[in-house]
Amino acid sequence: MIEQHLAALPIILPLIAAPIALLLGRSLITWAFATLVSALSCIASWQLLTTTLSVGSLSYALGGWPPPWGIELKVDVANAFVLLAVSAMSTLVLIYSKDSVAKEITINKHPLYYTAHLLCLTGLSGILITGDAFNLFVFLEISSLATYTLVSLASDRRCLTATFRYLVMGTIGATFILIGVGMLYMKTGTLNMADLAVKIAAYDSNRTLNTGLAFIMVGVSLKLALFPLHMWLPAAYTHAPSSVTAFLASTATKVAVYVMIRFIFTVFGAAHVFDDMGMNTILMILAIVAIFKCSYMATVQSNVKTLLAYSSVAQIGYMILGISLVSVTGLMSGLIHIFNHALMKGALFMAVGAVFYRMGSVKIEAFKGLGKQMPLTMAAFTLAGLSIIGVPLTVGFVSKWYLVTAALEQGLWIVAALVLLGSLLAVVYIGRVIEAAYFQPLPESQGASKIKEVPLLMLVPMWILVLANIYFGIDTSLTVEAAESAAKSLFQGYNPTEGAL
Amino acid sequence: MSFISDYYNYWIVVFLMMTGFYIVISANNLVKKVVGLNIFQTSVFMLYISMGKVSGGTAPIVVEGATQYSNPLPHVLILTAIVVGVATTAVALSLIVRIKDEYGTVEENEFENKDDAI
Repeated sequence: MIEQHLAALPIILPLIAAPIALLLGRSLITWAFATLVSALSCIASWQLLTTTLSVGSLSYALGGWPPPWGIELKVDVANAFVLLAVSAMSTLVLIYSKDSVAKEITINKHPLYYTAHLLCLTGLSGILITGDAFNLFVFLEISSLATYTLVSLASDRRCLTATFRYLVMGTIGATFILIGVGMLYMKTGTLNMADLAVKIAAYDSNRTLNTGLAFIMVGVSLKLALFPLHMWLPAAYTHAPSSVTAFLASTATKVAVYVMIRFIFTVFGAAHVFDDMGMNTILMILAIVAIFKCSYMATVQSNVKTLLAYSSVAQIGYMILGISLVSVTGLMSGLIHIFNHALMKGALFMAVGAVFYRMGSVKIEAFKGLGKQMPLTMAAFTLAGLSIIGVPLTVGFVSKWYLVTAALEQGLWIVAALVLLGSLLAVVYIGRVIEAAYFQPLPESQGASKIKEVPLLMLVPMWILVLANIYFGIDTSLTVEAAESAAKSLFQGYNPTEGAL
Repeated sequence: MSFISDYYNYWIVVFLMMTGFYIVISANNLVKKVVGLNIFQTSVFMLYISMGKVSGGTAPIVVEGATQYSNPLPHVLILTAIVVGVATTAVALSLIVRIKDEYGTVEENEFENKDDAI
């Protein structure tokens, strides 16, 4: 019974749990409940990944209406892989958020926080699992609306203006996607992605469809904060509560990258988007500019959260660069980096949240001398920072290795060199924080006795992520196998005979 | 000439879309920005609704003697999108209320100055 409905579980569980969490009403109970639900959907997505790895893709007709008329949920390795990263991050962040939220959000809003978190998880899982283009838009808006609420819950008043800007940009992005989907429907009369793929391929280039593609790409680029459209991201990440930043940085933009992959490879077909429309050149240029411009911006920030937010935009550049190389290895490196970046940015933002918990500030000055006062937190920050740089034995190295390999495969040694140069900028911005933490004395005004290590519930998820950073850096079998199988199946395009369950 | 008259619904959509977009970008007042956003979204609703019209078709309700119906699916889809739009507007307006509480203004340049002053 449960196995039959496995594909719907990651959406249904948090969706039903969200109003219950609101009704529970007490901070501690809601926290435990939300964590439990998130853990359950994490188990369900793990099941989905193992099932899809062994039997191929699953198709689930929602409400018993067969596709293409009904809404189809379609799980293949690509989305099960990202889904596992999202639900695992959600669980870890929820464990972490008990103390972090208690510090940063007033107590009467705690149930709201956990409700919004569950709704956001619903939206993100929905985007990943659905096989219906319009349904994707609806889930995108569910997750976005929940995200706006989460960002605006911080105690600093600047979070409100940051949220408002995020809302305006996010709505424009989503509306662009809506326009694009409308144009596809106008020409093909279907919304099911697999069906769309067949009908679009039959058209062999049509102006309405190409315009739809352009609208969708711009809309998705706004959502995933691709370089010139990233302006909302640093402010939103800086002013959001720490646990929200950790969650969003490691999931929301990654899911949008997945949406871009889905539209390029499944709906429009890689051949059309890249060969006919030349989208790979545009993406590659934007990605490389993102890597350098935003890594540079990160090196000059004084607020560590802003610094990491700019670093996120640069890392998204690496993912898009992987996609733009138009090869299985390139796409694979993009998918691996989606997973790996969730691990490293999650750990980094959790460490920064821990510093905020004790010091009440995330300026670089606040990190001075913390290496001795908060050894575990700063060690976690350092290890995750090494991962961002791409030091061997960490996950950052694995994704950069595949990215550079993919670039060299195509003879694009300039791109490969640029990727490595971008890593040097990461050394600078991570190094500035580490330098302050380990090589500068604690300011006199700070009583050293006051600064203690953060509570265990914050340390444990942070260290799980750090250890995962190292574990997946050494044993790459799961990530590489899943990403490779996903990339291969995405490149094959849609095969109408597979996938009935 | 027929290029303009045949596609008049799309011209209206494009005009509304650009108007809304311009208001979002240029307005300094946050409420006006939300109004612009609404106009922008409404234009897309109209795009969908006009797209579902079949010339000579009646409303998609079963009635005696009707053989041709307009496509009901875009209308249904846009009902969902309208709900999403209303939700977005509600969130935006409640944010504006909180911004007004905290900053005492809803003019973008004014609260930017207040943030810079810190």
